[in-house]
Amino acid sequence: MLRDMTLGQYYPANSVIHRLDPRVKLAGTLVFIISLFAFRSAEAYVAATLALVAVIRISKVPPKFMMRGLKSIIMLLMITVVFNLFLIRGTVVVRIWKLTITKEGIETAVFMAIRLIYLIVGSSIMTLTTTPNNLTDGLEKALRPLNKIRVPVHDIAMMMSIALRFIPILMEETDKIMKAQMARGADFESGNLIQRAKNMVPLLVPLFISAFRRANDLAMAMEARGYRGGEGRTKMKPLVYAHRDRMAYLVMLAYLLVMFGANRIGFAARIFGLS
Amino acid sequence: MSIIRGRKLSYEYQRLDEEGNPESTIRAVDGVDLDVQEGDFVAILGHNGSGKSTLAKHINAILVPTEGTLYVDGKDTRDESQIWEIRQTAGMVFQNPDNQIIGTIVDEDVGFGPENMGMPSEAIWKRVEESLKAVGMWEYRAHSPNKLSGGQKQRVAIAGVVAMRPKCIVLDEPTAMLDPNGRKEVVRTVQELNRKEHVTVLLITHYMEEVIEADKVIVMDQGKVVMQGTPKEIFSHVEELKARRLDVPQATLVAYELQKKGLPLPDGILSMAELADELEKLRGQRG
Repeated sequence: MLRDMTLGQYYPANSVIHRLDPRVKLAGTLVFIISLFAFRSAEAYVAATLALVAVIRISKVPPKFMMRGLKSIIMLLMITVVFNLFLIRGTVVVRIWKLTITKEGIETAVFMAIRLIYLIVGSSIMTLTTTPNNLTDGLEKALRPLNKIRVPVHDIAMMMSIALRFIPILMEETDKIMKAQMARGADFESGNLIQRAKNMVPLLVPLFISAFRRANDLAMAMEARGYRGGEGRTKMKPLVYAHRDRMAYLVMLAYLLVMFGANRIGFAARIFGLS
Repeated sequence: MSIIRGRKLSYEYQRLDEEGNPESTIRAVDGVDLDVQEGDFVAILGHNGSGKSTLAKHINAILVPTEGTLYVDGKDTRDESQIWEIRQTAGMVFQNPDNQIIGTIVDEDVGFGPENMGMPSEAIWKRVEESLKAVGMWEYRAHSPNKLSGGQKQRVAIAGVVAMRPKCIVLDEPTAMLDPNGRKEVVRTVQELNRKEHVTVLLITHYMEEVIEADKVIVMDQGKVVMQGTPKEIFSHVEELKARRLDVPQATLVAYELQKKGLPLPDGILSMAELADELEKLRGQRG
């Protein structure tokens, strides 16, 4: 049941994207997101689409996995589209009773929808091709400069990776407690929302107690193995940039230049009334 | 030279009432003298609440004695500045395998200790390989610990300690949560480490079968060491062990019952094979 759940959404495959340094992928995602907001012409979006399709192809992740992430934002997407469609004033195209759909409305709605979809797909490429552990490692190293302003980067990264390690264990535990309480007559499935929330108490209390006990044990085990924070600690699998990572940064730069260029063409075309 | 030397070691827990005022104190360990020689396999026996786990936590300097002293490899555990060296000298394996594995992949977990010691990456990899091979888990290095059996997880935990190259390993009931197969796996691993790598082992347990091959057995009751000696000596006192609510190995029990019925068997029979031999000898004498 709960045990079969895979953690995160990592899709194992053997591709260049998978092998890239997590820092490169973090930077790449950031560059992509920024580019979506900075360059708004149709030409720039054509370039972005091409880049996105190319990366998906190279990553060897089936597109249907990319689409999975979209399910969670379908409501947000619909609301955005509907609001933009009806509320933007301009040249009226269709009039239904008091509601009007304008040319500008359609344009903005389509544009916003595409932007949202690209945002989600773009960032899910990163999570689909990077193991959660790799990602925390990347974050730790990328955010290391923040140490200077007293942000406990190592501690945060350690907490994240421990949380990741314990999610499946706590899931299993939840499953066990649920079954044990059901055997004692607890009911987790019927009643209205408030009733159901109340019924969760006999599940949550033992789960919390056990989680704290585990935390205590783990802290002791970590100390027993000489853990004393990030200072003086070395890495077994240190992150080192390889040739492909440097190339990836170049590709990113090229992408930005192309986007910039495409944007310029778009503006020029508009100014000279070509589009 | 004894690697672990405790003198009049005592530890008190304070029980607090709801306002946080001390209500009563519980003496978990009470005036224990402890001597463990380098390379020995020592088993500590005792029923629940006998203070054996509390004693174990002292050796890793997780707890510090309230009274008395404990020296690990010549270092005083009360000395804060030496605490990390002590923890490196005396590794510790706990009861629950899930709660002591930190890494999300087997090799990362084994590397955790050496990482804390600040070793260079290549040296860490070498140690991880050595220790995973020593416990027979090298083929599982890329697995997630969640997918392993209890015995395998515990062997990974042992590898994690071995990777720090301790002189001494303390195992606090490492088999209590395992099935019989997992138990055998873990005990065999520990025995091999003791024999091949000459690591001093302190095994805390309440399974008698794990004790019979130890060099020395210490029996604890109510915070005190009540019996000490070789397994043969200890298991010669079946009555006393029973009075302390401890089991004896099955073969010992059978021999003891036969003795009571008048069969002239020697004291301290530990294994079935030994019992069979002795019975065979008796038959030879009679026939």
